[in-house]
Amino acid sequence: MFSGTAVSHCVRPPFYLRSVGRQMVEIGYYSLPVVGLTAIFSGMVLALQSYTGFARFSAEGAIANVVVVAITRELGPVLAGLMVAGRIGAAMAAEIGTMRVTEQIDALTTLSTNPMKYMVAPRLIAGVAMLPLLVFVADIIGVFGGYLVSVYKLGFNASNYLQSTWDFVKPEDVISGLVKAAVFGFIITLMGCYHGYNSRGGAQGVGAATTNAVVSASILILSFDYILTELFFAR
Amino acid sequence: MNERKPKIRVRDLHKAFGEKVVLHGLDLDVGVGESVVVIGGSGTGKSVLLKCILGLLRPDSGSILIDGEEVAGIDANVRDEVSRKFGMLFQGGALFDSLPVWENVAFGLLSLKKASRAEAQEIAVAKLAQVGLGSDVSTLFPAELSGGMQKRVSLARAIAADPEIIFFDEPTTGLDPIMADVINDLIVKTTREMGATALSITHDMASARKIAHRIAMLYEGRIIWAGPVEDIDASGNDHVDQFINGRAEGPIKMAVRA
Repeated sequence: MFSGTAVSHCVRPPFYLRSVGRQMVEIGYYSLPVVGLTAIFSGMVLALQSYTGFARFSAEGAIANVVVVAITRELGPVLAGLMVAGRIGAAMAAEIGTMRVTEQIDALTTLSTNPMKYMVAPRLIAGVAMLPLLVFVADIIGVFGGYLVSVYKLGFNASNYLQSTWDFVKPEDVISGLVKAAVFGFIITLMGCYHGYNSRGGAQGVGAATTNAVVSASILILSFDYILTELFFAR
Repeated sequence: MNERKPKIRVRDLHKAFGEKVVLHGLDLDVGVGESVVVIGGSGTGKSVLLKCILGLLRPDSGSILIDGEEVAGIDANVRDEVSRKFGMLFQGGALFDSLPVWENVAFGLLSLKKASRAEAQEIAVAKLAQVGLGSDVSTLFPAELSGGMQKRVSLARAIAADPEIIFFDEPTTGLDPIMADVINDLIVKTTREMGATALSITHDMASARKIAHRIAMLYEGRIIWAGPVEDIDASGNDHVDQFINGRAEGPIKMAVRA
């Protein structure tokens, strides 16, 4: 119900481009450090762990492939989604929740502005647009993390590693990851807005809204990750 | 005052939240250009009444006429047209803290595309001057202002689009007596200058006496007494007497929770 109304406001004028821009910067740019750090460490751990595993089968050569597939298909979108859910989903729920309990949302209505259109639609648009970009950057950083560990710690040949990464990466891996990212962006912003919009009863209500936004977004991300993977790759 | 066709006419308004009945057959008339203050204890449904008229809450039954036009339970699109006649001063100010003061004041103008950003800023500065704030305030953010200044900015925002009806939700709550009087003066001055109709709710009797032409007392979901402000001391109603004199003893029993 809420998401239907919200989506319909995304595609109907008037648009608040200024708000969309502000939200894009907030979601995209300011999330880069945390998403980047997450990506580089998961890339590094992935290389290290798969080395331990593959060494038992003398299949160390497959590390580059494993890293790039795991990052682009799975870890990039999911980890970035979870981090952004914590960062952005919580902030949105808290901000909109505070606006609700201080009557700012009522004030919007009395000033002939639809709160859904002004508050919720720009955030949804920004979330769906920015998450794929973030995940794309995270993919690159994650692969780079795997490269660092493989080359400097495990003693792989740098150009061989890059070559096998490049040979193995398939467009559909990356694209499926980016589609997931867009869906996660929608989930995160929708949950943040929904719980904030419906928060009740002062500071405690806003706190509860924040918790619910992060928890529900995280669970939905993980379940939709499975559903989307099933849709893309199961036959 | 036009008695035949009031600006706001509320008839038999009912609103309940679950089991809790808040408004129980409320009738109220506000004439054109008149200032009516609804008084009543905390939790008697004053805010709910305002929100029903504003369309923020949907009444369970009853009728609300604005200029003779039914607005209770109408569609959101039509509601938009009616809302343009309204200005509202919220209890806590409800300023948008992500926007500078001038954008707050000009928000309604900008959202209706009545003015370009440059024009809107000029209008905002003029409205701020009307409530006694200098142009240096216009670029500050709401969080940088004192409570009294926030109330003034909020008043400036309520009058920015030259509304026909202005609603005041406890305009003096949380202010010291002097600042409260300043706000009262501003309310009287601005509504009179604009010829606007005003409906206020408050439990501050000093404020009510100052800004009201007529006072109505809300108790147990109904208006139990209404009359000109001069008559309030001789209302002959025990409930009103108790309320305006602020006595704990009387027919009104406050629910005191331990």
